[in-house]
Amino acid sequence: MKTPVSWIREYVDLPADLTTEALAAELTDLGLKLEAIEKPGDQITGPLVVGRVLTMEPEPQKNGKTINWCTVDVADANGTGEPQGIVCGAHNFAPGDLVVVVLPGGVLPGNFAISARKTYGHVSAGMICSAAELGLGEDALSSGGGIIVLPEDAGKPGESAFGVLGLDEEVIEFEINPDRAYALSLRGVAREAALAYDASYTDPTQRDVPPADDQGYPVVVDDPAGCPVFVARTVSGFDPAAPTPDWMVRRIQLAGMRPISLAVDVTNYVMLETGRPIHGYDADKLQGPIRVRRAREGERLTTLDGTDRALSTEDLVVTDDSGIIGLGGVMGGEATEMSETTTRVLVEAAHWDAVAMFRTGKRHKISSEAGKRNERGVDPTICEAAADRVVELLTTYGGGTAEPGVTVVGTPPERRTITIEADLPARVTGMEIDPATTIRHLRAVGCDVAEDGTKLTATVPPWRPDLVDPFDLVEEVARVVGYRNVPSVLPTPGAGRGLTREQRLRRRVGRTLAGAGCVEVVSFPFVGEAAFDQLGLPADDPLRHTVRLANPLSNEEPAYATTLLPGLLKAAARNVGRGASGVALFETGTVAFPTDRGAAPIYGVDRRPTEEELAALLDALPAQPLHLAVVLAGERERAGWWGEGREAGWADAVGVVRRLATELGVTVTVEADARLPWHPGRCARVLVDGTEIGRAGELHPKVCASFGLPKRSAAVELDLVALLRYAVDVVPAPEFSTYPVAKEDVALVVDDSVRAAAVEAALREGAGELLESIRLFDVYTGEQVGEGRTSLAFALRFRAPDRTLTEDETAAAREAAVARAAELTGAQQRS
Amino acid sequence: MSGPNTDYDPVEVTPLKPEEVESARDAALAAIAAATDLAELKQVRIDHTGDRSPLALANREIGALPPQARKEAGQRIGQARGAVAKALGERQAVLEVEHEERMLVEETVDVTLPTDRVPAGARHPLTTGAELIADIFVAMGWEVAEGPVIEAEWLNFDALNLGPDHPARTMQDTFWTDPQDNGVVLRTHTSPVQARTMLTRTPPIYVVCPGRVFRTDEYDATHSPMFHQVEGLAIDEGITMAHLKGTLDHFATSMFGEGITTRFRPSFFPFTEPSAEVDLLCFVCRGAGELDGARCRTCRGEGWIEWGGCGVVNPRVLTACGVDAERYTGFAFGMGIDRTLMFRHGVEDLRGFFEGDVRFTTAFGSEL
Ligand SMILES: [Zn+2]
Repeated sequence: MKTPVSWIREYVDLPADLTTEALAAELTDLGLKLEAIEKPGDQITGPLVVGRVLTMEPEPQKNGKTINWCTVDVADANGTGEPQGIVCGAHNFAPGDLVVVVLPGGVLPGNFAISARKTYGHVSAGMICSAAELGLGEDALSSGGGIIVLPEDAGKPGESAFGVLGLDEEVIEFEINPDRAYALSLRGVAREAALAYDASYTDPTQRDVPPADDQGYPVVVDDPAGCPVFVARTVSGFDPAAPTPDWMVRRIQLAGMRPISLAVDVTNYVMLETGRPIHGYDADKLQGPIRVRRAREGERLTTLDGTDRALSTEDLVVTDDSGIIGLGGVMGGEATEMSETTTRVLVEAAHWDAVAMFRTGKRHKISSEAGKRNERGVDPTICEAAADRVVELLTTYGGGTAEPGVTVVGTPPERRTITIEADLPARVTGMEIDPATTIRHLRAVGCDVAEDGTKLTATVPPWRPDLVDPFDLVEEVARVVGYRNVPSVLPTPGAGRGLTREQRLRRRVGRTLAGAGCVEVVSFPFVGEAAFDQLGLPADDPLRHTVRLANPLSNEEPAYATTLLPGLLKAAARNVGRGASGVALFETGTVAFPTDRGAAPIYGVDRRPTEEELAALLDALPAQPLHLAVVLAGERERAGWWGEGREAGWADAVGVVRRLATELGVTVTVEADARLPWHPGRCARVLVDGTEIGRAGELHPKVCASFGLPKRSAAVELDLVALLRYAVDVVPAPEFSTYPVAKEDVALVVDDSVRAAAVEAALREGAGELLESIRLFDVYTGEQVGEGRTSLAFALRFRAPDRTLTEDETAAAREAAVARAAELTGAQQRS
Repeated sequence: MSGPNTDYDPVEVTPLKPEEVESARDAALAAIAAATDLAELKQVRIDHTGDRSPLALANREIGALPPQARKEAGQRIGQARGAVAKALGERQAVLEVEHEERMLVEETVDVTLPTDRVPAGARHPLTTGAELIADIFVAMGWEVAEGPVIEAEWLNFDALNLGPDHPARTMQDTFWTDPQDNGVVLRTHTSPVQARTMLTRTPPIYVVCPGRVFRTDEYDATHSPMFHQVEGLAIDEGITMAHLKGTLDHFATSMFGEGITTRFRPSFFPFTEPSAEVDLLCFVCRGAGELDGARCRTCRGEGWIEWGGCGVVNPRVLTACGVDAERYTGFAFGMGIDRTLMFRHGVEDLRGFFEGDVRFTTAFGSEL
């Protein structure tokens, strides 16, 4: 809402020396948030005066242009009283016209300093100004973009032109919150200014209006709930060519709207002044009585923006005998629109149900100044005053006469009352506010207040439909007392329980991965079929069954992710594309899987939902597990003076999982798997306690290629919450022996199909309790072990808790281990 | 040890002559002194104290002497061998020190060589930022509450006093899941976590709710369809706006330094009444709006930075969430984590958080 300060001052007796900045700050403190201050004239200094063109000699130039050598009367403004000689290139004015002249010494916007200078064989001492040169809009004073020609009554030669041009205006633009619709008018903003400075205030809607009669234009309201008040007045003999007075044009422009024609400008002006949207009809185009009702199934209307709209049975419409002529309160129809031939205007000032306005505006995607006000709530009691003000302005400037009839249908709703305990503002705000202060401030914002013991009953003013609950009154009192007076007091909660186990574990996961050289990323969880295709997922892969968005930002990515990999792989590729030779990334984030259990119910809010209702609500939500994904692409260890670098591969991926498991005290097992997007021979299924929690390994070569990643890039994706569930809570103290260790190495040859983990498990089982640890330290394939065979070398460490082991004991344990491995895996000891 | 001297010669045995012993001793001492390294000394040890060394041979001859002569010869040889052993020990110590010093010199490396074999990892500033905030509140006895990002429409809107026709429901342009009448949205704020907390716990409640939220904003330097919020909720007997101010002042001071506090401006949020915008005193210019004569870039010359929204929890919300609005009052606040980090660290473009460029993130790797 843009409000010229001079317009505010018209209704409030503000201190003369009050700056616009100070006023804006005070109003911001009251809840009208300062968005910007505009000062159209603050880039212009020096003598800018009214001048009268005395002579104007066209002088053709060699370059084909014609300039005008003018003399302009600027009275004593130039210090001599002699006519000022000025060269001007424009032609849209004539001798005798009043123009705006900037004299030498003046500075125009853009730091354009004016001085007397020789040009085209003359000394040009100043400039005759166009709107653009003064930084004014092209519409300024209907100049059409050329030299501004002032109306005859604008001023006398030599007088300052700042006032005439509105350059001395200052405009405050406020951001108006939805609850303060009353401040979408000068009436409302001025009221707040009066409140801020305890200044006297004149309500522009306080005017004597002619009483309603039955002589006015016939109006029937079939839906009084949707349209509680409908006022109609008629002006006839109106001159459609009459210009809008400059002061009104200026104010409309300063308020950020476009002047159009006198009739339209007047309705807009009164809306800005009072907050009440007005609709004007060409009365000669109306056929029969006006009727307000809800639209019927199948009805349509072409609104004055030229759009043909199918109407809903919830839409409020204005009709006449010809059918629907307007979408009530939102937008008029084309057929009865005012035009340049309109001489008889029907003025409608109606109060509309805010919810209906909101729904209609949303349904038809119409956003208008009228709709903005109607859907937030307008004072229902000012329809007659607003209509009368329109009639006054139309007849004053358009030459018409008000027809005697005054149609008023309906009555404004009763004013709402709210009862509070007198100490409620103090109790809620923590400020010291006594009941007398509360009463004073409530009255200051327009409430009538009655006291009854410790209770106060406030009758809220009609322009404040937002005041409904006791706490609404608290806010009114608090903002007048001033939010800056709220003391700063720390609450004293009881002992907290700190972070939850899962929260602490998640921090540890992040630190572990960062410690392993991985960089965390946060990516958008939106995916589309293309990402699944890039991952090579088969058509029936469960990951393709997604939670879809009804209004995605991009139709290419219309679903919530079921896997973190697409976002992560894209981020990795982005890094590689930007020159990284290797990249290790991780991300934790939720993914979503549809549960397909139907819509989530919407309950009322007057009570807590029952447990069953809550359960039904939560049950309708998708499953949203927290996942962890890692990608390791390209160089994992750098080359350097220490030797060769190393590319990431499947082992890095599985290694990350194992390191994480160690940090969390979880025993994970891995087994061979084959599932896209992983390499079918290099994919590990990760299990904890027999439960699958994810996969790790090398990506399929095609997947690397499709994402533009280096060959052999590896990835991990785990259900993090499932993993964390197994994290150790209380670590039992370890027991270990200090007797000497006995080390034994064994090399076993197995078929290629036998997994190292199976051999290790068999050795472990066979070795028995004396085995302290076992570690695979070498893998060999080649001629020495034969085709299709692999040699696995294990280092075994034996130790007893209570004695030094004898050679015989160690050898026996070793033999038992080898025997068990032979039995379970066919392993043969390598000779 | 040699056996008894069967070939007894009562005349003095040559090696046992005093001058011979002295000569052997002196030769040994000279050789020890001349040894320049441990290897040479080792050879000297063998030559002069080994089984075939003159002194060892002489020692062996002692047994062959008549008993009356043994004592004197034994003393003489013993002294000579003692002197040699002592000299050897001393020389050994000296040479060991020299050897070690030389070795240390030889082993000198260029310690300025790079050691970055495995590049450093880092956690994301949004993660560490959220943790920093959580820790500030946990230290006050608060807890950290979380909830799902795909949320019931009722919890995201209705329960928070944003009814179906509330203008704010369009102000926050919402991602709806398909079909749109499914009652399920991507949460537009973390407030549904507050609703869930009230629905499942009994006051007193003191929780902060950090998390990611979604709005249908086009992606640019200051807008993103996904961003992060932290909200706080306190429900207790006697909670006032003053407690809200105290909490936010403490939060501001903890995060931005001593003396950095907040101010309130009236505002509107359906969830709260009274409602306020929170401004943070600019921690760079400390409210002056300028720095060294130039306009402060962090607060754009305002002296204050818009930080978030807050207010007293609307009793309608308490009722919908099963909290006794007669007995309890509460306050709530919320701000963007991304935005907070942007002005805290001078991040110019919001997209830096979401691009995943490791150069961005690793720069924040040292964040606490
Ligand atoms: Zn600053």
